[in-house]
Amino acid sequence: MENQEKQFRLNVTRRHFLTKAGLGFGSAALGSMLFKDQLFGVDQQQTIPLGLAQYAPKAKRIIYLFQNGAPSQLETFDYKPLLNKMHGEELPASIRMGQRLTGMTANQEKFPLVGSTFGFSQHGQSGAWISELFPNIASIADDICIVKTMNTEAINHDPALTFFQTGAQQGNRPSMGAWMSYGLGSENSNLPSYTVLLSRGRGNGQGVYSKLWTNGFLDSVHQGVVFSSGEDPVLYLKNPEGHDKQSRRDMLDQLAKFNSEAFENFGDPEINTRIKQYEMSYRMQSAVPELTDLSKESDTTIKLYGPDCLVPGTYAANCLLARKLSESGVRFVQLYHQGWDTHGNLANDMRMQAEDVDRASAGLIKDLKQRGLLDETLVIWGGEFGRTNYCQGKIDVANYGRDHHPKCFSIWMAGGGIKPGMVYGETDEFGYNPIKDPVSVHDFHATVLHLMGINHEQLTYRHLGRRYRLTDVAGQVVNGIIA
Amino acid sequence: MTNAQLLIKLAKNKILVTSSAIVLMGIGFYFFTSGNEQEDAIPDVVDFNFHVRPILSDRCFKCHGPDANKRQADLRLDTEEGAFAALKEDPSKHVIVAGDPMQSALYARLITTDTAEVMPPPSSNLSLTKTEIAIIKKWISQGAKYKKHWSFIAPVRPKIPVADEDLNPRNPIDHFIFSKLDEVGMTPNPEASREALLKRVSMDITGLPPTIEQQERFLADQSPNAYEKVVDELLSSKHYGEKMAIQWMDLARYADSHGYQDDGLRTMWPWRDWVIHAFNSNYPFSKFLTWQIAGDLLPNPTKEQLLATGFNRNHKITQEGGVIDEEYRIEYVSDRTNTFGKAFLAITLECAKCHDHKYDPVSQKDYYSMFAFFDKVPEKGLVGTIDASFADPPSMKITSADVSTVLNFINKKDTMDVSVMIMKDSLSIRETQLLRRGVYDQKADTVQMATPAAILSYNTKKYQQNRLGLARWMIDPENPLTARVYVNRIWNELFGRGLVKTSGDFGMQGELPSHPELLDWLAVEFRETGWDIKKLIRLIVTSTTYRQSAKRPTDKAQKDPDNKYYSFFPRLRLSAELQRDLVLSAAGIINPEIGGPSVKPYQPKGVWESTTSGRGELAKYVQDKGDKLYRRGLYNFIKRTAPPPSLLIMDASTRDQCEVTRSRTNTPLQALVLMNDPQLLEAARVLAQRTANMKLSEDQKLDRMFRQVLCRKATENEMKMLKAYYQQEKNKFTLHKENAEQFLKAGEFEQIKTKNIAETAALMQVNQMIFNLDETTVK
Repeated sequence: MENQEKQFRLNVTRRHFLTKAGLGFGSAALGSMLFKDQLFGVDQQQTIPLGLAQYAPKAKRIIYLFQNGAPSQLETFDYKPLLNKMHGEELPASIRMGQRLTGMTANQEKFPLVGSTFGFSQHGQSGAWISELFPNIASIADDICIVKTMNTEAINHDPALTFFQTGAQQGNRPSMGAWMSYGLGSENSNLPSYTVLLSRGRGNGQGVYSKLWTNGFLDSVHQGVVFSSGEDPVLYLKNPEGHDKQSRRDMLDQLAKFNSEAFENFGDPEINTRIKQYEMSYRMQSAVPELTDLSKESDTTIKLYGPDCLVPGTYAANCLLARKLSESGVRFVQLYHQGWDTHGNLANDMRMQAEDVDRASAGLIKDLKQRGLLDETLVIWGGEFGRTNYCQGKIDVANYGRDHHPKCFSIWMAGGGIKPGMVYGETDEFGYNPIKDPVSVHDFHATVLHLMGINHEQLTYRHLGRRYRLTDVAGQVVNGIIA
Repeated sequence: MTNAQLLIKLAKNKILVTSSAIVLMGIGFYFFTSGNEQEDAIPDVVDFNFHVRPILSDRCFKCHGPDANKRQADLRLDTEEGAFAALKEDPSKHVIVAGDPMQSALYARLITTDTAEVMPPPSSNLSLTKTEIAIIKKWISQGAKYKKHWSFIAPVRPKIPVADEDLNPRNPIDHFIFSKLDEVGMTPNPEASREALLKRVSMDITGLPPTIEQQERFLADQSPNAYEKVVDELLSSKHYGEKMAIQWMDLARYADSHGYQDDGLRTMWPWRDWVIHAFNSNYPFSKFLTWQIAGDLLPNPTKEQLLATGFNRNHKITQEGGVIDEEYRIEYVSDRTNTFGKAFLAITLECAKCHDHKYDPVSQKDYYSMFAFFDKVPEKGLVGTIDASFADPPSMKITSADVSTVLNFINKKDTMDVSVMIMKDSLSIRETQLLRRGVYDQKADTVQMATPAAILSYNTKKYQQNRLGLARWMIDPENPLTARVYVNRIWNELFGRGLVKTSGDFGMQGELPSHPELLDWLAVEFRETGWDIKKLIRLIVTSTTYRQSAKRPTDKAQKDPDNKYYSFFPRLRLSAELQRDLVLSAAGIINPEIGGPSVKPYQPKGVWESTTSGRGELAKYVQDKGDKLYRRGLYNFIKRTAPPPSLLIMDASTRDQCEVTRSRTNTPLQALVLMNDPQLLEAARVLAQRTANMKLSEDQKLDRMFRQVLCRKATENEMKMLKAYYQQEKNKFTLHKENAEQFLKAGEFEQIKTKNIAETAALMQVNQMIFNLDETTVK
């Protein structure tokens, strides 16, 4: 631990030194790959991150497995047998307490409670209740911390997703990953510090939007870089046809000659920055394909994630890729997996979605653990809100639907300073309201930043006259889940 | 003498006080930004606006400023009354005692070593530096004079300062710039080369590079006004409107999709065609603004005036089933209000949506009084889910008959009518109420339409209580912001840095103008000469200041690293759209068509597909064919949830909300776009094939290609390098004809037969290299 702290402080010192001293580009590779740009950026004053390293970081990197569409807490980690007992009975007004409803069920005449069609059992030392849909996640119960009392302000997908990723429901604020990139840079000089991986399950999808990985008002170097499963893992990475590595090298050498002459003539430091950026893009061209090549993974690894991990673009493949990116020093790997929006046909959709994500999610934790990386990698699994305890549409024991529910839902976290094997927070018997230790989205952000060694009140950026932060004007670190 | 010493000397010697309540003291700031802690760096005369308020605003106003609800200890420092008041706990003492820092509680709390007493509290991360404390002390010693915030005082035409005639000042701009340079002991650069100047002014006015013929004509023109002639020609080009529209589209958050979740198609492009038309017709800014804010409220509005109001409907609109209608309707009205504040007034009104503004004199009530202007629209938060509508009501139909008569600037492709969203008021539709914490269902007191009194009070005898009145309020000569904000925006576009650097924030937290008198002079000149935009641009680009070379001598770079005194012309990277336009134009494949529905050029596979929910007609990207591939960058289809990556990587706006300035970054992803985007490869290929077939020597071919892109002749050394590179590539392609064949396949543009494929491929390779030169990407 002490060693880790030292290392981090060293990094921070180095970063501050570079930023303040405005050293030449030669040393920039020590920091983020894109960091050099901050040295020569348009506004030095604004790009110096403040308030870092208030305390030793517990995590160095984050992998966020976003379950897009909002998985039901009642079929995953929040076991509510009362709902099965009261199946079909009306949601008591004393429980609803005037909670606003979405336009999809606001006009429903009745709000009949509906119990989970899936069985639950207890797992691990903590005896966490986990649905039968997730046998693999159940097998890592001792490694994860389930938070049952997450809550949000939004009741629709777009604002809720945007809130989770940027701290505000309306877009144009920097996303979590962008803040991390801004605050901490990258550990790898050949890769971006913030990458995004997209996949879609077989359930009802709700789309993702580039504002979820936007840099907002931060420099565009902090934008999430989408790694895709197509032939070009990063957009525009591939050399044109008829153009091999040597031709590219030759062209870069020519460019450098011309550009150096331009620098002689104009003395504009941006020219030298550009020369270096071209060199970096060249290195990326080798580093990225090497990294995204999953063909050399061992059978044991493939077993962990499941055979789907060899099918590019699947959730499993993205989990494996996330591990590789993270292992290579990418600060923030953001996955989105669509398909959890179970307004109807919940039983079938949940089963399919769980099939697609259960093994790989657990596999990622096991893989990180066996590589000794789990301690320094924070993994987060969860959606943008929860689902109602009452039925949307037709009610049936075997199949039913659930509308959006913001007041309580379950996520889990593991590694990077999180207390393993625990369940945090309590919800009422109806699975509708938190009754102990509620965690808001701002609290969640404050906690994640804390784990990364950042005081959420002090990582700020001044834009149009105001200091912005990820947690806006709120947020309390949830100490109860920190190891 | 070191830099710091020099500045100290200057600071001590040069304190200029002007008649217009603005004290000119840019120099002092040098110390704040460079972190110099020497006490003797304090200016002799401390000015409230330029030295003190920036400190108070940034460190103190959050708790002791305009926001009444969050004010601590009932103390406010943003007003004189508050600052000189007696202390509540001990009325014998005062916050500030003019002339006596030691008796001023404010100062005592700054210097105390008691961590429980010291202000700001250490936990706030807002502590003052020693220099800042010393400035406060000196200001109190000198009488602690308060002044109204500079930008809220209407500009008065200042006297034009004297400038050294040897420096060839051509117009008043140069007088202001040169006299300031003289103050800080600097001189302007000599004039740029004619070739550089032609490229610069062409990219600035039309956004297109000069052709070789234009270059030669200009070089050959020996008349003394050769440059001015070119400027006039460029200003009368129909491409001027396109160039101007790009910035306006960012401010107006123009896009081709609705912007939330499923993100369906919308048809606002006729409004964009109008913007181009308005700039080309040189509508006075007052008219341009009035039509967009209130065209529908003019007597018997024409279809064109109605179309202009689309400005206020460009905001995002949700189509997500299940949203609460009123929540989103309020969101749209807020967006209009915020956009109005940012785009026209450069005031961050949105800060006052949930609470009184922390820094600027805008109360929450002020916010909703502004909000009221935009709140009378008969509209819904949710009209329907995806594909419900390309233009939610209120809207207007544009027919083929319109296009052949009153709306003849619209490039409508077929006989189908197009619907465009416009503004409409139903005054009795609803009362506007203040919303507590900005929450849509927390309605409080009813408010009337009005503007913040601190800027210019809304005299209802003078202005009607509707958007038309608001437009009149904006163009009132007493309005301190409208003209300043717009001239600053144009200046920012041309010099890459506004006279007020924070061109979206003229409030207390914004930066102070580097040249306050020039800003005021330009603002008054602009207003008094009929808000004539072309005239304003002409004035700036014909100045000697603008015509300086872009060479950055070491001493200047050290003395003024941000070039805020304009002692050389900044090398500015072209915007995303213009980089594309330059290359396509140089290759001769640009499609000069103006306006029309947005187009979908080459785009990497999967950008839309991997993000979509699968619903709606924008789920799949269907690339256009033929001519449409070569339209200018501003016509690129903007799907908000997945904007064109090649533009975004180059810092273009996502069009999520009003964006005032784009950043200019320099990243490896940009290098990848420039090297591997098929659009650029295709341009390199076509230019190579066409050049290969010209009856020219190899040298001439290389020279010609170079000139077409860089807009200047290659130097001898550059020519040598070009030739060597060409030869090397030709040898490689001769050995590997298969590579040449592959390479030359780039793009869908018709293949042009050439004699020697290795030669052509080598020319293409040279072009590709030229496209990637640093100089190519800057103006």
